[in-house]
Amino acid sequence: MSVLQEISPSVRSIKPLQSTPIALRAEQIREELKQGVKKPFREVIDVAWGDAQGAGIKPLTFVRQVLAACLYPQLLDSNRLPTDVKQKARGLLSECHGGSMGSYTDLPGIPQVAREISEYIARRDGGDPPKTGNIFISPGSQWALQNILNLLVHGHGEVRSGVLTPIPCHVTTIESLHSLGGVSVPYYLSEEHGWELQMEELNRALEYAKQVCAPVALYVVNPGNPPGHVQSKKSIQDVIRFALEKRLFLLVDEVYQDCVYADNVEFVSYKKVLAEMGPPFSDTVELASFHSASKGFLGEAGLRGGYVELVNMDPDVIKYACTIFSKDTAPTPGQIALSVLANPPRLGDPSYPLYEMETQQMQTMIKANVRRVHEVLDSLPGISCQPVEGGAFAFPRVDLPPKALQKAKEMGMEPDTFYCLRLLEESGAFITPGCEYGQKEGTYHIRYTLLNDIMLMEVCAINHILINCRHF
Amino acid sequence: MKMRLFSPRNVRLLRRGPRDVLGSSCGGPCSPSPPLTSPSVPPVALCRALSSLTASRRGLPQKKMSENGISRPKVLTLDTMNPTVKMVEYAVRGPIVQRAVELEKELSEGIEKPFTEVIKANIGDAQAMGQQPITFFRQVLALCSYPELLNLDNTFPEDAKNRARLILQSCGGSSLGAYSPSQGIDYVRQDVANYIERRDGGVPCDPDNIYLTTGASDGITTILKLLVCGQGIDRTGVMISIPQYPLYSAALAELGAVQINYFLNEDNCWSMDIQELQRAVNEARQHCHPRALCIINPGNPTGQVQSRDCIEDVIRFAAKERLFLMADEVYQDNVYAEGCKFHSFKKVLFEMGPEYSETVELASFHSTSKCYMGECGFRGGYMEVINMDDDVKSQLTKLVSVRLCSPVPGQALMDLVVNPPQPGEPSYNCFIKERTATLSALAEKAKLTEKILNTVPGIRCNPVQGAMYSFPCITIPDKAIKEALEKGQQPDMFYCMTMLEETGICLVPGSGFGQKRINEGFVVMTILPPIDKLTILLNKVKEFHQRFTKQYS
Repeated sequence: MSVLQEISPSVRSIKPLQSTPIALRAEQIREELKQGVKKPFREVIDVAWGDAQGAGIKPLTFVRQVLAACLYPQLLDSNRLPTDVKQKARGLLSECHGGSMGSYTDLPGIPQVAREISEYIARRDGGDPPKTGNIFISPGSQWALQNILNLLVHGHGEVRSGVLTPIPCHVTTIESLHSLGGVSVPYYLSEEHGWELQMEELNRALEYAKQVCAPVALYVVNPGNPPGHVQSKKSIQDVIRFALEKRLFLLVDEVYQDCVYADNVEFVSYKKVLAEMGPPFSDTVELASFHSASKGFLGEAGLRGGYVELVNMDPDVIKYACTIFSKDTAPTPGQIALSVLANPPRLGDPSYPLYEMETQQMQTMIKANVRRVHEVLDSLPGISCQPVEGGAFAFPRVDLPPKALQKAKEMGMEPDTFYCLRLLEESGAFITPGCEYGQKEGTYHIRYTLLNDIMLMEVCAINHILINCRHF
Repeated sequence: MKMRLFSPRNVRLLRRGPRDVLGSSCGGPCSPSPPLTSPSVPPVALCRALSSLTASRRGLPQKKMSENGISRPKVLTLDTMNPTVKMVEYAVRGPIVQRAVELEKELSEGIEKPFTEVIKANIGDAQAMGQQPITFFRQVLALCSYPELLNLDNTFPEDAKNRARLILQSCGGSSLGAYSPSQGIDYVRQDVANYIERRDGGVPCDPDNIYLTTGASDGITTILKLLVCGQGIDRTGVMISIPQYPLYSAALAELGAVQINYFLNEDNCWSMDIQELQRAVNEARQHCHPRALCIINPGNPTGQVQSRDCIEDVIRFAAKERLFLMADEVYQDNVYAEGCKFHSFKKVLFEMGPEYSETVELASFHSTSKCYMGECGFRGGYMEVINMDDDVKSQLTKLVSVRLCSPVPGQALMDLVVNPPQPGEPSYNCFIKERTATLSALAEKAKLTEKILNTVPGIRCNPVQGAMYSFPCITIPDKAIKEALEKGQQPDMFYCMTMLEETGICLVPGSGFGQKRINEGFVVMTILPPIDKLTILLNKVKEFHQRFTKQYS
């Protein structure tokens, strides 16, 4: 008998991903294709994750040049790299202990990176740069989020802490919360209104939460994931008022802040709105805002660099935040990616033209994909997609015929999982089902990334029609 | 600044687990007592009401008046914060290190000090102390980061280029910037498995049992997270050595697990003693459920290298007491003393035959941060789990997925560490030269440290058999102890703080590592600085100690 027969109930409560069977099948199909098994397609098109580089998008040259120079400083003596790359690398190395990326970094991270982040926030929001003592760099924004949740959540005992979380929502945050023993209390975004966050619904969710846990925080994703909604200033003000009135800590996931595509829509940070609202809001409402090098134009997910900025946090609690964050310092390559995120080449720098071209290309590609989503899907019966304003995903709703529902039920599967599996078998497209992210009962969705340079929309659309005709 | 003034035994009692902690803030009525109000109130809500009542009775939370006169206490205060976090102290980066950082800042601002630089001799950060990275590792990483460099002639050796290509092929989108599978890149896990088989003389290793982690500490906390459950007397207890590496006590406190201390034997070179293990586990069974035994071999901070016999005894003990073994083996290449050899727990386990090799559960941890690499900044590491229940393993896989993946450059580096250049390859000679130079310098520094420290009356230092630290015992004069206690400080903390202020040398007091005695203290000091600097450092410590002793006698 195993010593570990009994394990942590919090770990056990983490739900396995709904997309796991689809991912496993995609892997099998890849193997089958390698072995020459005939399929109606030549390769598996992986558009399941928001992983830009995994989907084949090239990293920004400037990021990688700086990284290479820091890793192997002998390159600083060669003429292979532009002068601004070398300058940046020298600056960063001079602030690493022993002048090396191989040493540990102190809190909040490499000092230059922390300063650059602070100045970046000031440029974005106006006002003074925040103290670097309120910024913590971590191995990805999710890691930072887990640390903040760890401060907030009482995971054991009779009264568990609760966090209001959106539905639909990417799974990682909710599962982090569960792994700490916290309770996630869903509030539903309004699909009919372009996935807007509605105050009546927040109120309802909070009232419910009080029955099952001690609600302590509200988690917001803006721009959204999976639905690409971007919150208006007015909506953010409402949320801040709500947080003050109901005494909730605001956890704001702003990792897609550079990914806004729709005309007349812009990203406004919670921090900025909070400052503009003045007292009592600006000096009371506690806010943690998360950002990352994994998304946006950098897409450097593998390097693991993210940060959190804390606003209005009790200085006594910050001391404990320091203890928690100091246990897991961020990997230096991820910190270097953040340095470029916060302080990219500027007009006049030797690397600027290339940097500008690469980011523009990506912007153009994503915008074209968004346009294609709407063109293709809007003409299809049985699929509807709310405007994609930002983020990295399209999250259309699919109407599944009764026969499909029946079949899914027989197979013991969620209907949209069943749909995604059929789509994979027939077209090679690997997407994830709405049930993974949560959805209103009786509605079904699919999520796929916009970070892909192929004509996937058409593949999906045609196959949707085929599947409907052939099977149901 | 919170100082601990408890003996280890008191600390242990204080850490009876979260139930007790919550119980105290909740007040008695939260326990299984009959409902006090109408049955329509859910029990959770009831308890919450009671808990806030108790909080306000204590006069908390503190009210703060905002500008318009409305009182608005913060949501997150020390009183509402997760209580287990309050138990967390991390001595490696504790008050003394914070002061060192302040002093560095003051120096850079031109403030006069009796020293010109702060030497952080408290932490195993090799490259911060000037150790050079292995050229081949950095070349491959640079090539992986910026693959255009693969097209350059003459700048990089062919084997570095080939390795970079292989690593990139194994990454999603052929890029270090893509997420990897949560368990780690398959190709790297395969290389790790091959390394372990070679190291352990052919004992098989399944790559499915390998998890790539964000440094070893991530692996250790992940396994602890998995293990900790139960309430009250069923709460998981975890045995850790004293002196210990503070990561363990911090992680256990954070998880609300019960820390079970077993003492290493200073008189026998900090060896592990089965009778002491037995004592510790017997006592612990009175108040918790001991489920795991952590061993650091070679030891941190004590530097002992365990003998094969000792490891066998520990394995038998774990089997008898049904304990999950956690072997922190990050210093496996750092063995200096003659007659000492690193034996992996896994190898010994498999040599003990199926009675043990098929039953005893073991997790072993390694990292890119120590040994001859010293690449702490990349946060690379792995763990191997052995005999873990399949269901539990799937839970572990799920748990690591919450962190998405470990840093891919760290994974690539781990691959290079377990599969370095081979004889005949262009980079081999350079690699061996660099590796040998670093390891032999460390061996020399280990001897030097022991030698110089033992010339100082009032300092006693065991041989540094392995790892990267010395852990000398310091006699502290009575007057100094009195002054320390008056200041509310542990005597060894007072000693280290005084040394820092006077000499700029930052050492960690042993009390942070769990070692506490009445009139003696211990300090942790790394052996990593270059030899000339280390010699100066040791002599400064010597002078300081003599001055300190004189001043307080």
